[in-house]
Amino acid sequence: MAEANLIILVICLMLYVLLGGADFGGGILELLSRGKASKIVSRAIAPVWEANHVWLILVVVILFVGFPSVYSTVLTALHIPVLLVLLGIIARGSAFTFRHYDIDEKTPKAIYSAIFRYSSVFTTFFLGITVGGLILGEISLDYQLGFYAVYIHPWLNWFSVSMGLFMVLLFAFLAGIFTVSEIEDKDYIIYFTRMTKRLMISLVVMGAIVFATAKVAGHPLLKDFINSPISVACIVIATLALPAFWYFLNKNKGNWLRLTAGLQTTLIVTGWFAIQFPVLVKTNSGHDITIQAAKAPEQVQMFLLIALIVGVLIIFPAMGFLYKTFKFSEEPDS
Amino acid sequence: MAARMQMAVSLGFHIVFACIGMVMPWFMFVAEWKWLRTKNQVYLDLAKAWAKGVAIFFAVGAVSGTVLSFELGMLWPTFMKHAGPIFGMPFSWEGTAFFVEAIALGLFLYGWKRLNKWVHLYTGMVVGISGVLSGIFVVSANAWMNAPAGFDWIDGQAFNIDPVKAMFNKAWFSQAHHMTIAAFSATGFAVAGVHAVLYMKNKLEIHAKAITIALAFASVAAFIQPISGDLAAKNVAKLQPAKLAAFESHFKTEEKASLIIGGIPDVENREVKYAIKLPGFLSFLAHGDFNAEVKGLEEFPEEEWPPVPITHYSFQLMVGIGMFLMLIAALFFAGTYKWKHWFEKKWWLRLLTIATPLGFIAVEAGWIVTEVGRQPWIIYGIMKTKDSLTPMPGIQYTFYTITAVYVILTFVVTWLLSRQIQLLQSKYLKNG
Repeated sequence: MAEANLIILVICLMLYVLLGGADFGGGILELLSRGKASKIVSRAIAPVWEANHVWLILVVVILFVGFPSVYSTVLTALHIPVLLVLLGIIARGSAFTFRHYDIDEKTPKAIYSAIFRYSSVFTTFFLGITVGGLILGEISLDYQLGFYAVYIHPWLNWFSVSMGLFMVLLFAFLAGIFTVSEIEDKDYIIYFTRMTKRLMISLVVMGAIVFATAKVAGHPLLKDFINSPISVACIVIATLALPAFWYFLNKNKGNWLRLTAGLQTTLIVTGWFAIQFPVLVKTNSGHDITIQAAKAPEQVQMFLLIALIVGVLIIFPAMGFLYKTFKFSEEPDS
Repeated sequence: MAARMQMAVSLGFHIVFACIGMVMPWFMFVAEWKWLRTKNQVYLDLAKAWAKGVAIFFAVGAVSGTVLSFELGMLWPTFMKHAGPIFGMPFSWEGTAFFVEAIALGLFLYGWKRLNKWVHLYTGMVVGISGVLSGIFVVSANAWMNAPAGFDWIDGQAFNIDPVKAMFNKAWFSQAHHMTIAAFSATGFAVAGVHAVLYMKNKLEIHAKAITIALAFASVAAFIQPISGDLAAKNVAKLQPAKLAAFESHFKTEEKASLIIGGIPDVENREVKYAIKLPGFLSFLAHGDFNAEVKGLEEFPEEEWPPVPITHYSFQLMVGIGMFLMLIAALFFAGTYKWKHWFEKKWWLRLLTIATPLGFIAVEAGWIVTEVGRQPWIIYGIMKTKDSLTPMPGIQYTFYTITAVYVILTFVVTWLLSRQIQLLQSKYLKNG
């Protein structure tokens, strides 16, 4: 039962990376593009936004109900970067809403936009740092060790920083895909196609840097990767998908593009998860927190699973209706 | 202490947004319904204006809610480690309710032309229902902290966890109805108050209609609230006698206990100065019998007392405001049935203006009553708040940062809303 909940958790995480990623990346892309182009991004991304945090909330809820010690340990050791992510989420979420609803066209909008864009980068970067801290396994369970060792060292290192940058590029890339497949103006399609290609190349380079910094930090990321058949499969498929991806980008095939981008991201998350399994949180003392150790009792897992399944049964038809209603619309009427 | 303050600030902020997000959809629903029935354009404008307000509050509320789901673990990791599996079920349902609310709100906001009128109206109702449900789920989780159930606590570990029992704990029902009704009352008076201010400036039909809808909800709520409060208090008397004693600064165990109104509690000498005392009434309120014995704080070791003055003042404030709002509600009913000309009078509009923030002050006071009144416990009788705190030093800096952010956010939201209102206003004045 715990495994089933864990799988749902991973699916939620993927959806958050895909949809939330496109949303966060929207801000980053706005920053990268100039003038009218940034307006086009915000219009293309707008419909993704409203309900995105639900995926993150679901991840958090599954964690503290089903795997409470993971939730507590991570939020204690990574208190500072998580706090920074939260501040970023507040800033960008509010700025986005205010930009949407403020009636004045001039000064405030420019300020909201600036806050939205910069905090999008900021939030994504620290989200990546947090993930980096999780993967690296320098989390300490001995709270007597001193402030730096317990609360800073696990996340402030080159590996985490490169994970942060990787995340920024990944999210910008996802938003790029979304924008390209959403717009119709020929000139801007070319403009954003070029930008997305550049982001894609940077992403591959950054991925290599992530592996390199892991090696420097003494983390056997590459070895773990090779030892896990699922991870290897993920990497191979992801690499094979790249040329196809390039082709779709050139031919501007919107749906195929989204599908392959979704596939790529899914593979990254699955690959990561496959190396971690069955460890959920790595620590530097050798006492890693595994599924077995962290999972709440079976009774709890059962009710959690029921709640999740019922939730899905209610939510998905509603979502389907939402998409069906707005599918053939360019401009939402308000 | 900083951690507790941070939690108080975050929740205090979130609770206002959550209440508005729960209740305002009902107002816009009624406005649209009225439009469909009467074909009066004013109702449609009102529904659209309110829907914009709901969207702003919903978005900011969603963000502050996301933050809260992390803050619980960042501040109280030990609490969450033990409590998460037990009281987490309402949170997972809350997630579903929130999701449905978001979808329905999206349909409502952008579907004015795209959906059939009645389907559109129905989505508004779904927003309202799921909003109220998610509020009830969260309150049920909080109620569990007051009346822990659904597990056996052996040597600092929870065994035999039963999430269903935990969710339907002994306090959930009384807390849920009290909070839901409070949300309707507070939001109703706040909305009516804002429109009353605008109405005094320009006698526009839209504001008059707005006041009527908001007050109808608020007044009914204000009338039921004392009954609900009475049930809640009786429940507290049964489950958390120390808390009840702190509400009333009731130090000595006695029969025919007096109800203490106002006054300044003197914890050291265990007495309340300058208070009005109604002998026997506390016994009656707590146990339904004027002669019943009410346990005083002396029954409990002093280190298990909640901070008495804060709890006492907040309780008095909440009840006082509740009575005042009930008076306004009575006037509203009287006006509706007989003295319609009242509603044009200045004193009435002034009264509504005064009441604008009162409901929310009462909500915040009530929140303090239930949270501070539970101290020093985080899980009543099981785990103390200080034992569940994060080991991280320097937590006060987290508190300062979060507080600063919320203060800024409050100002911006207020400013934004006032501009929205100006826009609405100017549109009407232009069209005559």
